[in-house]
Amino acid sequence: MVKLTIDNKPVEVAEGTTILKAARQAGINIPTLCYFELDGMKFENKPGGCRVCVVEVEGRKNLAPACATDVMEGMVVHTHSARVINARKTVVELILSDHPNDCLQCSKSGDCELQTLAQKLGIREIPFKGEQSTYKKDSTLSVERDMDKCIMCRRCETMCNKIQSVGALSAVNRGFEAVVSPAFDQPLSESSCINCGQCVQVCPVGALSLVDNVADVMKAIADPTKTVVVQTAPAVRVALGEEFGMEPGSIVTGKMAAALRRLGFNYVFDTDWSADLTIMEEGTELLGRIGKVLGGDKTAKLPIFTSCCPGWVSFYEKNFPDMLEYPSTAKSPQQMFGAVAKNYFAEKIGVKREDMVVVSIMPCLAKKSEAAREEFKVNGNPDVDFSLSTRELAHMIKQCNLNLNDMPDEDFDSPLGESTGAAVIFGATGGVMEAAVRTAYEVFTKKKLDNIDFEVLRGFDGVKTATVDFAGTPINVAVVYGLNNARIIMEEVRDGNPRGFHAVEVMACPGGCIGGAGQPYHHGDSSIIRKRMEATYREDAGKPIRKSHENPSIIAIYKEYFGEPCGHKSHELLHTHYFDRSKKVEKE
Amino acid sequence: MATIKLSESKIKTIKDICKSFDNKSGEVINVLHQVQGAFGYLPAEVQEVVAMELNMPVAQVYGIVSFYSFFTMQPKGEHPISICLGTACYVRGAEKVLDEFKRQLNINVGETTKDGKFSLNCLRCVGACGLAPVVMVGDKVYGRLTPDNVKDIIAEYNN
Repeated sequence: MVKLTIDNKPVEVAEGTTILKAARQAGINIPTLCYFELDGMKFENKPGGCRVCVVEVEGRKNLAPACATDVMEGMVVHTHSARVINARKTVVELILSDHPNDCLQCSKSGDCELQTLAQKLGIREIPFKGEQSTYKKDSTLSVERDMDKCIMCRRCETMCNKIQSVGALSAVNRGFEAVVSPAFDQPLSESSCINCGQCVQVCPVGALSLVDNVADVMKAIADPTKTVVVQTAPAVRVALGEEFGMEPGSIVTGKMAAALRRLGFNYVFDTDWSADLTIMEEGTELLGRIGKVLGGDKTAKLPIFTSCCPGWVSFYEKNFPDMLEYPSTAKSPQQMFGAVAKNYFAEKIGVKREDMVVVSIMPCLAKKSEAAREEFKVNGNPDVDFSLSTRELAHMIKQCNLNLNDMPDEDFDSPLGESTGAAVIFGATGGVMEAAVRTAYEVFTKKKLDNIDFEVLRGFDGVKTATVDFAGTPINVAVVYGLNNARIIMEEVRDGNPRGFHAVEVMACPGGCIGGAGQPYHHGDSSIIRKRMEATYREDAGKPIRKSHENPSIIAIYKEYFGEPCGHKSHELLHTHYFDRSKKVEKE
Repeated sequence: MATIKLSESKIKTIKDICKSFDNKSGEVINVLHQVQGAFGYLPAEVQEVVAMELNMPVAQVYGIVSFYSFFTMQPKGEHPISICLGTACYVRGAEKVLDEFKRQLNINVGETTKDGKFSLNCLRCVGACGLAPVVMVGDKVYGRLTPDNVKDIIAEYNN
């Protein structure tokens, strides 16, 4: 242990601790900008570049960056001396001197770490005038880049390379021209980007933002010829409240349904309903493959990988084109819902496909790109027309002068609104696997599960493995989030699957969809994501039905429409196929 | 994602160089150094193949190529022109000579003329300060230059 003094307070911390962390342990907050940590998720961006966290260390000539300086025995640190504040101000003034002065129009205004810092330091003018760097604006279907606003903190680069191993972004050029960019200044859409959007979630400023589709949805609602149907993903209900000042972990399912109705959506449905449908299809597919493998069929591939996460789907299409038979062919809940809404439901209410607009509310930015995939369109008309993120829904509610706090609790509409606890937990890492196990166990063994809470599949670890006893047949499962974790498992499976996994759940984002790129900004506070996770399991525990195959409306639609899981009609509407989207070298 | 097209012999050259460094991503700077030595420059397709061979993102390879001024993505001209901007040459008017080359060739520093004949680069001191300002064309050194000499030097290589 090392003893030191920070702001006259004696502090004792482990050797190798930085001044920043020592101060935080002692309840002293040193402001940071480039530094970013997602506690417990092995994400630490520490370039020591911005110098906002400088502190005065007695006996040391220069100010020290607290994020990158280890504590020493007897150190005396001052975090807010006049010299420190002066230096901090100058640092922020210099950053602002090469930053567009457009806070009023910036999508990040009010949620911007640079703006907050400038306000905190009381900066009222920028004494440094000079050239400003300008770059081409760029956009995929999910992510917008405006690098004029980039402050070179390089959080996005760390996220893209270290956590996701996507490698779309890198710092390029040098000096004043330095910027984070795809190779050769290509558009992001032509790079290895998979639209997970985690770069947006960690960007402190407005350099990386989402593609805003609120106006498209408002237009559809205003069009009297359109029937507008909305579906809301499991993770949205445990995060939306934060945008309205509620405590993280508040569950706002009923208030959200009420707000959506007041916004003018004709039918307020639930993606949880199609999550139950996903379990029926994916669970059946898993049992089918296990059966085939046990029966000696060499064409059947194990493990089966989940296919709900569109960032993950793009990732394996781009990086593992030789393993496209492994993932489940089941569409994601968003796309299953779209297909059911525009076929089954449109028929039922007598609305033509072209006159129905399906909107999804997602914790995700990749869902925007997923909805635009060609294979999810019929004659150019997509199953899901627009995908809005949790943040966009919050903006839409505010734009219409509604306050979520004032909403009554209302129910979803029938028939695509009824769901179980198994669907709710789709939002957290491990949830899809737990939901699948609850159903697959009972279908496979024809016995009731005594305890349906699979604690071993829960929690914040990036990689979890477990063996579930299916009445004498051991089923090996893995649950991962973060695409680098997924890459490691994929490579292990390619090398012969030595741990004998039968099923693997993959989510791209930290903690699963609850930490998605479309969720309210967490600014590195992982306790927010943890509270969303606790809320998810609370919502599950409070549901009267907690297994997908017991959802009465799911049972009914199989009886009325689909026949059986993985049957002919299911294959037509609820399953998909994958494409080799890898980069190829061709000889000229 | 796009398809990268490159001649078989170039692909082989890159693969051989990468292999000589055990395809280690940590050796990327050395690999790029040798690949540029072989081709004279590092076009995008070449960087793509280097990235694949070293199993690293091409964005990072490009990050390195765009950071170090030694690396270039422009092919060098048949006659590479290097203008010394070291202290002695600079104070004796090297910048005016450089401007005249830019004007006559209609290219900027780091670029190559459309016909591929000339490329323009700057360097710092060739150890001939007594002849300042100094220009090299290929291996040939020209000293004590004024902007008026530029036309004649270019004409020498244009026949």
